[in-house]
Formats: sequence, structure tokens, C-alpha cells
Amino acid sequence: MRLQRHLSVNELLLTAIRSPWKLVTITMSEWDVLVRQARNANLLARIARLVDDLKLTIHPSPRAHLESANAIAERQYAAVQWEADQIARALADTGAPVIFLKGAAYVLAGLPVAQGRVFSDIDILVPKSLLPSVEAALMLHGWAGVEQDAYDNNYYRRWMHELPPMEHIKRGSVLDVHHAILPETSDRHPSSEKLIAASVPTESLGLRVLAPIDMLLHSATHLFDDGEWDHGLRDLVDLDGLLRQFGRDEFFWKELVPRAAELELARSLFYALRYVTRILHTPIPTEVMRAVDLVQGARPPDLLLMLMDALFLRALRPSHRTAQDALTPFARWLLYVRAHWLRMPPHLLIYHLLRKALKRAHVTKKQDDQALA
Amino acid sequence: MIVSELSREELNNRLAGPGLRLRTGAFVTCAQSSIGSVAAGIRQLYADYRLAEESDFCDFYVRLALPRNLRRWWRRQVLFSFDDHAPFAPLPYAHAFPVFEWGLNWCVSQHCHNYLIVHAAVVEKSGYAAIFPAPPGSGKSTLCAALVNQGWRLLSDELALIDLVDSTLTPLPRPVSLKNQSIEVIRRFAPDAVLSRPVADTLKGTVAHMKPPLDAVRREADRARPGWIIFPRYEAGSATKLGALPKSDTFMKLADNCFNYSLLGARGFDALVEVVDSSDCFEFCYSDLDEAILAFDALAKTSQRE
Repeated sequence: MRLQRHLSVNELLLTAIRSPWKLVTITMSEWDVLVRQARNANLLARIARLVDDLKLTIHPSPRAHLESANAIAERQYAAVQWEADQIARALADTGAPVIFLKGAAYVLAGLPVAQGRVFSDIDILVPKSLLPSVEAALMLHGWAGVEQDAYDNNYYRRWMHELPPMEHIKRGSVLDVHHAILPETSDRHPSSEKLIAASVPTESLGLRVLAPIDMLLHSATHLFDDGEWDHGLRDLVDLDGLLRQFGRDEFFWKELVPRAAELELARSLFYALRYVTRILHTPIPTEVMRAVDLVQGARPPDLLLMLMDALFLRALRPSHRTAQDALTPFARWLLYVRAHWLRMPPHLLIYHLLRKALKRAHVTKKQDDQALA
Repeated sequence: MIVSELSREELNNRLAGPGLRLRTGAFVTCAQSSIGSVAAGIRQLYADYRLAEESDFCDFYVRLALPRNLRRWWRRQVLFSFDDHAPFAPLPYAHAFPVFEWGLNWCVSQHCHNYLIVHAAVVEKSGYAAIFPAPPGSGKSTLCAALVNQGWRLLSDELALIDLVDSTLTPLPRPVSLKNQSIEVIRRFAPDAVLSRPVADTLKGTVAHMKPPLDAVRREADRARPGWIIFPRYEAGSATKLGALPKSDTFMKLADNCFNYSLLGARGFDALVEVVDSSDCFEFCYSDLDEAILAFDALAKTSQRE
């Protein structure tokens, strides 16, 4: 049997995540590329954890970068817990159930996927009826809307599923307050009442997270319908981690597909399962794969699926020059347009994109004028 | 192989092509740039530095290039990028070499949290390091430049890298940044020192860089134990004054000058305690460099160290 010594460059990061024990055999030039890919994909600290967990001995040069990334991740892990606690305190008097989403939820639920993860903001879900009192309470405790023009503000409040981002005036931490997991203008409406009703408490008093299945479905729709592809692979690694963890429970697999159908998220689940298995080799029971195929509207028609494969398989590569091809930027752009298409009906979309394009041109001109002044 | 062994053409080709793999202390930087002043600065100030092989690990991939907009041609600018990401806004084209130096400092201060990093100059004598933490304008670089021209070894003029396990200081010998009047002061104090052509009107005023002594570059792997923590202050016309500073005050002032003290949490605290505990701590006021050097040499002799 021949040991394959040199891995394909654009597979390096994926190999490290799928089979971290192989890292003891890679060369220094491979480490060089791996550290760059992992840093760009926000997965450097994740690799550090995998190396630590397996107690692998690696060369001091790449090890230094892993240690450094790990120090940042550890600091953020503690900061997220503290910040979440501050948010819960600020909202205690509103009586609103406060449900933490995505990264913060992984930390609060003590999930392995939170280890070595980095965060940019905190997301919470609250009932829409309580949105005004939640916003008021947050403002009272030091969170203020990030400066926006009237159009952006209106865009969030009328059409989106969240308030304009808020920033804490002292700590600078950013908070997104959601009342739903998809925009008002989307043609799918996963019921926030159902999500909130099924949410579960965490070990920290007053802090709730979505139930495991809902957490997985939310991560899936966030990745495949939201158009933020800079961290696509990192989000896919989250999905892989959640599926491996929750999948230990048989109930999870039994209820996953029916719940996805109930919340109108079967298409997102289909994509999630398709690409975690293809890219990260996540073990999924065959009957679950079959079940999701059978849900009305989950599996796209063959031709569309071929196109989506071409787009997603590109966008889910590490966002680094060593892992991209000539079509990657175009694929990302198409997915950005698709995310907007899913977010709002055509007439709003055209209006919104025009507004944004004009604003961008205006801002660029203003910057140039200022720079030259 | 060292930089000065490359022909001018080969150096330019590497910089404009695959990148020049430069070893500075514990790090390898792959630098790319087609800008003449960057190549000239590297040829002049990094002549003694070793080059890494193609197959070696590179810590930082940096590029200095023209931005992809009108400012490529008109009122030209230079853009620093780190592995294709640009952390700073573009700056005037004439500032390209100082931007390269600042960019390399940024690389270390942002990506090397395996050290406790203090904004400080570090010089060494007999295996012990003198750490000069100080805000800009306190004259730490001037003092550092003077000392390394008088037998002290340069570890760094900008970043003290403190090991989190044994609290030793890792050298990062790179050109010493001199600002405004310091440029003339050092030219007079050390006429043999090699200085880059001053660049006017940068963010920090007029800036020139001094080539590190050969000894500092050759001994880039020799760590030093913490010996002294000294807060320098240049005060025109003042007498040379070295006054003891309580360890508690030193600790607080040193923590203030750290890049990643709070990020490292308990580990940062422990390392800082260890450094302060094993150092003699002073405040130092000076105006005359010759007197300052005498004071430091006396300090190195009288300190009771085995």
C-alpha cells in the first residue's frame, strides 16, 4: 500500500478537519498553506483544538500560530458567556424569553462545536410582540443602534427579521436582535412561536437556546439562505459538529425531517445534509437522507441541483487564494444575489439593490472627494 | 544565504515575483512588492539578514502594492496587505518603506499571542534584558539606538516578546525607527550608523530607520532573561536621573503598555508578575546620551547577578 504523502493543496484544510491525525505527516510547505487557509476561514483555533485533543506533536512554527489563535478563541469563549449574562440581566424586567442563537448558543449549551470557535457578534431571538420593550431595555443598559441612514433603518424594521444591529457603547460588542429566523419578506415563515415554545433552558440562569433540532435547522438556513459566504466553510463545520453531537440521540434523527417540514426549512436541511456529507463526510443515517428527499420541495429539480452543486461546492471552499478557482468569485456573487432573491419578492429586490448600488457609488465618490481635499 | 548575497536584480525579482523570504528573529516573512523604495530599504537595512528556503514555513505573507483605483496613478498611494487582506487604509506612496516596517510590527502584535507582547524596546547585556516600555515621544527608540551603538545588543526597538512559560525575551531584531529630531541626534551620536533616507510627513512625523548592528542579527536566536524594567523620559536640559520605581507601579505601567495582556487572562498576569519580580525597576530621565550610556553601563556592572 502506498502512503499518499502529498495532499492536494485545496484539500488541506478539509483533510485537517476530517482526519486531523494525518497532520503529523504533512510537510512544512503544507503547514504553510494550511495555516493560511485556516486563518482565512476562521478555523485556525479549531485546528488547534483538534491537534490538542489528539496530542499531536507538530513543528514549533505552525504550533505558535495555533496557540495564538487558540488564545483568542479562549478569550472570546469567556467573553461570550459574560456578554450573554449581561444581555439576560438587561432584559430580565421585560419578561421576554431570551433565546440565544448560533455561536453564543453553542457556548451556552456547552456544545463541543463551540471549542475553538471565533465570534463576531451575538444573536438573540425574542417574541415580536415584545420587541419594543426589548429594544428600550437594551438602550437603557448601554446598547445603541449602529449608525444607519433612514433607508437602512427602515429596511431592517419593515422587511427584515431583526432590528438594526446594536452596539454596546462601552464594550463595543455587537448584538443582533431577531424576532424570526427568516425575513418578513421571505416566502417561507418558520414559526417563531413554535421555535420559542420548544426552546430549552441552559445551565446559566435565564439564558435559553433553541432545541437541538431547531438549532441545527437554524444553522442550516443561516448558511444556505443568508448569503454570507465569507465563513461558509466554518458554518459547515458547525453543522457537522452539531450533527455528530445531536446524532447520538435517536430521537434527533426521527424528528429532524418532520420538524424541518413543519418549519418550512426542508430545502435548507436538504442542502445541509448534502454538503456536510460530501465535504466533511459527516455520518448521516441513510433513512434520513431518503426521508428528506421525499419531503415536498426539499430536493431541487435535477438541473437546478447541478447548478447549486457548482455554486455551493465552490463557495464552501476555504476563502483563500490557494483553494479557489477562476469561477469562485462569480459563484459567490450569484449566491449573494440568490440570498436576496430568497429574502424578498422581485419588486422589492430590484428597488433594494438599486438603492444599494447608488449609495455605494455615492459613498465612493464622497470618499474620493474627501481624500483629495 | 543572506540578503546582501543577492544581486540587485535578483532581490527585485524575488520581491516583485514569488516574494522575498526574510528571517527576522523567530519569524519568517514573505514580502512582495514592486515598489522601488521598499526594495531599496530592504537592500540597505536588511543586508545581513538570512533568507528562508522555498520549503520553509512562512509566518507572514505581506505585500505592498498600489491600490486598484484611481490612486494608482494620481496622487499615488500604497496599500499594505496581509495574505490578501488589507488591515489599514492606503497611505501616500512615498511612505512605502515605513509602512512596510509598521506592517511587520502589526503582523507580530496581531498574530503572536503565544507571547505576552509589550510595546517596548529591549536591549541586552551579559544575558540580561533591559526593557523600555513607553508611549511614543518618550525617547525610547533614541535611547535604544544609542545603546546598541555602544555595546548593548538590540532585541527589538518596538516589541518585547515575553515567553509565557519561562518569561525569557525572544529577540526580534529589526531596523530601529527614529523620528524627527532623533534622526539628527543619532547621526551625531553614532556617525557610523546606517540610516535610511528620512521620509517626511508620515503619521509619526519624519521617520528614518537605523540598520541594526550585525551582532544583533547574528544572535537573533539568543534569548535574554529579564534584568531591568526602565521607563525612560527624554526631557530637554534635564540632568541624568535614575530613580527606583516600586514593583507594584511597574506592574501597572507595564500592563498598560501590553498589546495582549487582557486577551491572555491569567497566563498574561503570571508572565508579567514573573518579569517584574525578576527585574530591577526604574524611572530614567535624560537629555544627554553620553551620560545616559554611562549610567546604563554602571547599572549593568553594579547589578548583582550571578
